[in-house]
Amino acid sequence: MITIDVDMNKCQHYGQCVFEAPEVFQLNADDKLEYQAEAPDEMLGDLEAAADVCPMQAITLTRE
Amino acid sequence: MDADARLVLIVGASMAGLRTAENLRRAGYAGPITFLGAEPHAPYNRPPLSKELLQTEGQGHDDVAFPIRSALEENVEWVLGRAAQSLDVERQVVVDETGAEHPYRALVIATGLRPKPLPIDDHGLAGIHVLRTLDDAVALREALRPGANVVILGSGFIGCEIAATAAKAGAASVSVVSQSRIPLERALGPLLGAEVRRRHEAQGVRFFCENGLFGLVGDPGVERVILTSGVMLECDVLVVAIGSDANTEWLEGSGLDASDGVLVNGGMQAVRADGQVLENVYAVGDVARYPNPLFDEVARRVEHWNLPTETGKRAGQVLAAHIRGDDCATIVAAPFAPLPSFWSDQYDMHLLAFGLTYLADRSEVVAGDLTDECVVEYFRGDELVGVCGIGMRGAVQSYRSRFAAPVAAH
Repeated sequence: MITIDVDMNKCQHYGQCVFEAPEVFQLNADDKLEYQAEAPDEMLGDLEAAADVCPMQAITLTRE
Repeated sequence: MDADARLVLIVGASMAGLRTAENLRRAGYAGPITFLGAEPHAPYNRPPLSKELLQTEGQGHDDVAFPIRSALEENVEWVLGRAAQSLDVERQVVVDETGAEHPYRALVIATGLRPKPLPIDDHGLAGIHVLRTLDDAVALREALRPGANVVILGSGFIGCEIAATAAKAGAASVSVVSQSRIPLERALGPLLGAEVRRRHEAQGVRFFCENGLFGLVGDPGVERVILTSGVMLECDVLVVAIGSDANTEWLEGSGLDASDGVLVNGGMQAVRADGQVLENVYAVGDVARYPNPLFDEVARRVEHWNLPTETGKRAGQVLAAHIRGDDCATIVAAPFAPLPSFWSDQYDMHLLAFGLTYLADRSEVVAGDLTDECVVEYFRGDELVGVCGIGMRGAVQSYRSRFAAPVAAH
């Protein structure tokens, strides 16, 4: 299992992560980021891609 | 093949170099990788240098460093604090500034950019800054104390972001001196550029456009600057932010086409001045010059933040295939058409853009209100080449698919 943490003090809701891992990250109707806190291991590639493209580098992934 | 025979040398311990290494591992290359970096630091993220890090006392490398993923914990050597000095593609060796030789089987050039220097004589005065590296940012942060008179030469993104940070940090005055008519005009066009200016002026920042530096006064540090228009400004801190040059001097004599960055094909493979492609030499990130079929066939160096990651991904895939001994022609022939993206935070204004807005000859507000939140479209003739929003991120993001179809390759 992968734990996903977004530092909401850093996040500016640019939504770049949404395009790399839409199963986990979404922009809601108010253009604010919402995300799932956990995802299966097979999503690691997509989640790393999402963390990479975050302009604020606000996404931390932890493998358990 | 022994381990050394597969040695990948990455020159530039940068975001682009790191992303290339990660993607090499992802594509199955487990062999040795050496990073040769001019800066003393492991790869870090530069955008906060003009924003959070510049205004937060105590922030340093830990606050901006990219995490080193587990795949790069093994079989990776970091040689930091040493700039590359020359490249010999026949002998497959890079020589660093200490004279040490670094042999390679495959080379990745990720040496990035450096700021253009002050265009007039600095007379050795203290108080003159640029902003590219972490060390630059720490030095500038110490200078931007409350009450300072700050003059910024250049009205691009770095100049405007520093102006916003300096204004927030309690500078006595913040002045932006620029050759252009309107700040950010090249990147954002006249509509958004004028709006950016208005928002800065509301925070007390002064603009001196269609202007330049004529001279500096002070001893031992700069105290005043004289503009070409004759205006004299109090100045304790002068920041030079008039764009960047590619770090390619070390490639002189290598035979590569490094006239404005390193020319590469769609597989990020270097092209020599005689047109021959070197299948074991790659360039990624800000230093790479390549055509993007989303727009046209002109090879360009584009400095937007997402492209080091995109070019690193591409180079990692192609290079892994090359090392395996696969025929790379098919991968290289597939269009490399990354959608450029940039953003900028100034005060409470959040700009987000896709495409190459600076190719446009016309821009138009299509949603919202320029003085609040809005979406601006950019056209080259009838062709949409970019979009930029103030806020309205969902609407701006929805444009991504509009750029998705590359023009047919010829």
